[in-house]
Amino acid sequence: MDILKKIELEEMRLDVPPFRPGDKVRVHVKIQETEEKERIQVFEGVVIARSGGGINETFTVRKESYGVGVERIFPVNSPRIEKIELVEEGRHNRAKLYYLRGLRGKAARHKVRRRS
Amino acid sequence: MSTLNGMIGRKIGMTRVYSEEGHAIPVTVLEVGPCTVLQKKNGQREGYEAVQLGFASKKASRLTLPEKGHLKKSGCEEGFYCIREFQVEDSSAFELGQVLTLKDVDIKQLIDITGVSKGRGFQGTVRRHGFSRGGMGHGSKHHREMGSIGQSAYPSRIIKGKRMPGRMGGKRCTVRNSMVVDVRPEENLLLVKGGVPGAVNQFVCVRFK
Repeated sequence: MDILKKIELEEMRLDVPPFRPGDKVRVHVKIQETEEKERIQVFEGVVIARSGGGINETFTVRKESYGVGVERIFPVNSPRIEKIELVEEGRHNRAKLYYLRGLRGKAARHKVRRRS
Repeated sequence: MSTLNGMIGRKIGMTRVYSEEGHAIPVTVLEVGPCTVLQKKNGQREGYEAVQLGFASKKASRLTLPEKGHLKKSGCEEGFYCIREFQVEDSSAFELGQVLTLKDVDIKQLIDITGVSKGRGFQGTVRRHGFSRGGMGHGSKHHREMGSIGQSAYPSRIIKGKRMPGRMGGKRCTVRNSMVVDVRPEENLLLVKGGVPGAVNQFVCVRFK
């Protein structure tokens, strides 16, 4: 089992900031347009879930775009992600914030976590 | 020595690695080698050219006398849990007691992997052969039964090979053309794309082409 852990550790990214569900993040995603052309697209939103562990871990980011809710699931360790920026820390009492899907406007606003 | 076309290994488990393009590839990690040459078979004596390899050392105190006698010829002090034979073009290129690792073979992109699949026990036709099941409600009592198995007057017997319930799995099977993702000779590791028959820690035979 240790051999597997070693291989997974090699594949894992060590530059991922410690973010939690409820935090607002900016995910810089590499997008392949043609064979050579590559650009970076920023997806900014609230992390509503982190699932899996180790190399298999993924996180779900939700944002509202022109009144339509958009969710994207990213593998935490994917090399397609240029970087993850932590914009704001949120405050929520759950590990999965799926209830945000049913809320709009003021009810779905981002609560900021205050550090004392 | 380049003619060695296979080696013995052990399944470590599955994980995922990322390719250069950023795709996640499901891989099975295999520990392949080191294998020790225990016996050489040649065209004059046995009628074909082959080498017998041993893998996974076994304490001398656990060996039986016939095993000890066989190992004495190759000068090995310890025994092996897994002993397999691989055909080669010329067995005189190998030496008895020679230890072979992944460094000694050139590995192409595709390999075949043979192992014993996980035993599933006695299974019905739905699981074992993929038969469709009957209705579960509306008065139907034909839930997971297999239906008719033949005709009455003629042939009035069941045709041989009729697919029926029985033991499933636990059979030798081969995955052909597994893509090699990574070779790490220093750690005796081989990463292949996709699954490999058998449970974790089970012995497998890897065949290079």
